[in-house]
Amino acid sequence: MIHVTHTELMPGVRLTAVHTTKFKSSYFGVTLLTALERETAGDNALLCSVLRRGTQAHPDMQSLASALDDLYGGAIETQIVKKGETQCVGFAASFLDDAYTLNGESILEPAARLLGELLLQPHTVDGVFSAEYVESERANLIDRIRAQRNDKRQYAMYRLGQEMCRGEAFGVDKLGDETCVSKITPTSLWQRYQTLLSTAGVELYYCGSAEVESVENALRAAFSALPINNQRYKPVCEVCAHPARETPNIVEESLDVTQGKLAIGFRTGGISVRDGDFPALLLMNAVFGGTSMSKLFMNVREKLSLCYFASSALERIKGLMLVSSGIEFEKYQQARDEILAQLEACRRGEITVDEMEGARRIVITALQTTLDSQPRMADYWLGQAVAGQEDGPEELAGHIEHVTVEQVARAAQKAELDTIYFLKGKEGA
Amino acid sequence: MTVTDYPRIGEKMYHTVLENGLNIFVAPKPEFGKSYAFFATNYGGMDMRFKLGGQWHDTPAGVAHFLEHKMFDTQDGNALQDLASNGASPNAFTGSAITGYYFESTEKFEENLRILLSFVSIPWFTQESVDKEQGIIGQEIRMIEDNPQWQVFMNLMSGLYANHPIRTGVAGTVESISHITAQTLYDCHKAFYNPANMVLCVAGNVVPERVCDIAREILPREAGELTQRDYGLAEPKQVAAPKTEIAMEVSTPIFQIGYKGDPAENGPETLRLQLMGELAAQALAGPSTAVYASLYEQGLVNSEFECGCELYPGCVFLYAGGESRDPDEVARRLQQEAQRLVREGIDPSLWERLKKAAYGSRVRQLNSFENLCVGQAQNFFLGADALAFPEVFASLTAEDARQLLERWVTQERTTLSVVRPKEGA
Repeated sequence: MIHVTHTELMPGVRLTAVHTTKFKSSYFGVTLLTALERETAGDNALLCSVLRRGTQAHPDMQSLASALDDLYGGAIETQIVKKGETQCVGFAASFLDDAYTLNGESILEPAARLLGELLLQPHTVDGVFSAEYVESERANLIDRIRAQRNDKRQYAMYRLGQEMCRGEAFGVDKLGDETCVSKITPTSLWQRYQTLLSTAGVELYYCGSAEVESVENALRAAFSALPINNQRYKPVCEVCAHPARETPNIVEESLDVTQGKLAIGFRTGGISVRDGDFPALLLMNAVFGGTSMSKLFMNVREKLSLCYFASSALERIKGLMLVSSGIEFEKYQQARDEILAQLEACRRGEITVDEMEGARRIVITALQTTLDSQPRMADYWLGQAVAGQEDGPEELAGHIEHVTVEQVARAAQKAELDTIYFLKGKEGA
Repeated sequence: MTVTDYPRIGEKMYHTVLENGLNIFVAPKPEFGKSYAFFATNYGGMDMRFKLGGQWHDTPAGVAHFLEHKMFDTQDGNALQDLASNGASPNAFTGSAITGYYFESTEKFEENLRILLSFVSIPWFTQESVDKEQGIIGQEIRMIEDNPQWQVFMNLMSGLYANHPIRTGVAGTVESISHITAQTLYDCHKAFYNPANMVLCVAGNVVPERVCDIAREILPREAGELTQRDYGLAEPKQVAAPKTEIAMEVSTPIFQIGYKGDPAENGPETLRLQLMGELAAQALAGPSTAVYASLYEQGLVNSEFECGCELYPGCVFLYAGGESRDPDEVARRLQQEAQRLVREGIDPSLWERLKKAAYGSRVRQLNSFENLCVGQAQNFFLGADALAFPEVFASLTAEDARQLLERWVTQERTTLSVVRPKEGA
């Protein structure tokens, strides 16, 4: 059985502990939550890569690799995620579960200690981060920011979010922007690090076989050097019920591409994961474009062949529904009309029993199998932490069972078109 | 069914052999919502020459992979869609020594298992659909031939081996697959998709006996004869070529170094050799060695660098590779490091750490049903028990690994495969 406990270890430092014996590994998350802002997003993203390079006791990659070998081949990876208007940066780690060590030794405490060391006792040179580490990780981050242009499908969604939420925090990218990143120095990053340590919300996560009490003790000890602050950041997110403008915002961009990308953003009319109508919204998105049995997939792609792909996804904290599609340039108008027509059909409640029940099964299965995967569970609970929610996937699945076609139609009626982004080829190319 | 308990790693494996010779393994996982089934044949890209009905057959390179693609066709349509509409995620792959078909699902497991067993055991090919597939697989082959990682690996294989069919690409070539006919596919299916040459592995929220009942219900009752195969002339100890180099559209040279090993006969020894090879490779160039750290700091390798050991019937080798501005220098430094290790022995504390890390990583990999089932099938075909790894690790010594490096990492057993950027690109 899976049992979940939430505790506050120190002011603003929360632990979500999932007790289960079904996995061979224990999974840890150490995440700093902070407001997503253009000026600091790049620093925060860079910070976790620089911290991962070395600590006081393990100052380089070889000594960190040896320490991980000693802990039965543990893995620690940096994590940079955007949830609503909160930037989440830190580490995700997987270690052998204590039940399977060869001599009965416990890995929980040393693993927690190593994670605490990575966050709180970094390798320093002259009182700040090593210039060598900052420079090489800054170059890696800039490569990553530039590489976002490579995948045009992802790029179109990134641009849609940026255009739709210009002036809102959500419009900022989780990796920050190149201009800000290129200005970061070892000293400026060190200052940002000190600020974050004392002001960021801290989410600790554990999933494995250890009892909650020993998990709490191990993590409390490992992170005891965190400054005490009663006013640590609490996630906020402004859910805009309606588009800020009367007519939809239409943005076109030309790049050297052969396939066009049409991305369409809707506001959910104020429904977010915090709202009682959220299960209906979740199912509406699945019926409309969230699965390979959805209206967008079956009609716009399969029946009318207007798109190479067409799907929709929710940003559940910010309250957005975003459609992603790949089209031939000249089919722009037709594809756009048809995508909007499919939403109209949802609004009118024109949903067959197969569409409704198929979508319901897929959404429920996805929620249930979340419990079969440690990384997916960790991501789910991080999202809930940012949203200030404590419902587990099973509870949400239970609500989905009872959603009616009328409720789905009502959720569709609330959705309002905000922005259309079209990525097309260069003239004459 | 018999049950084997592996208390150290928390696994329980049910096993039986059906009347038709099919081996079934089931690992019940009642605490999971999903279930996974893997149905595999001991047949892959390297099994090109075999004896059927008293006669030797020479089949074109790529036929096992081609057959895998065509197996999803059924008389009524396509099994892939049948499984998908039941909410299952099905797929298949062909390796050098194995072809496997699988699905994962949370609902209708028994119905999905029936579909899986049925489409893999009942061949349905028409010349028309074979002709059509030639175009599709031809495209796939052109795509992988453009992949520098694939090129560097294939050149590593032909650098290491003079005769062994591992040197032939699993998908074949556009030319070789043009010789495949519906009859070739029927012959290969008859030769290798015989229950006695196959294994079914299931993990998840299932009752082991139900899996056997369904297999009995769907599969043929009779066992066919086991097919004799031929891997060609005996392989010399030294490599076929010390270096292979080609130019492609890459920004940094990519490379693979191979060290040709002494293969083991099928049996439990194959698992021992595989684990020993992995540890020896980690001791030579893994991320916690000093030589890796110095190569990394000097910019001679980056985080893409990897090393390990690969084992197939009749062949085994160590490899190390990734991206480098100077692959020859990396090869030279590793040779030098191997000589030092052979002379001075492997540091005992490094050895113990590597063993712990390798053990822990293997146990963690068992979180994945796919790893569990595919590993079980592959080792079964080699005559070994995949889940016996903790005992095998415990028995391995640093001296064994030192001797392995002494025998395998020598000049005449080393080959280097490089893909360089095109001039002026």
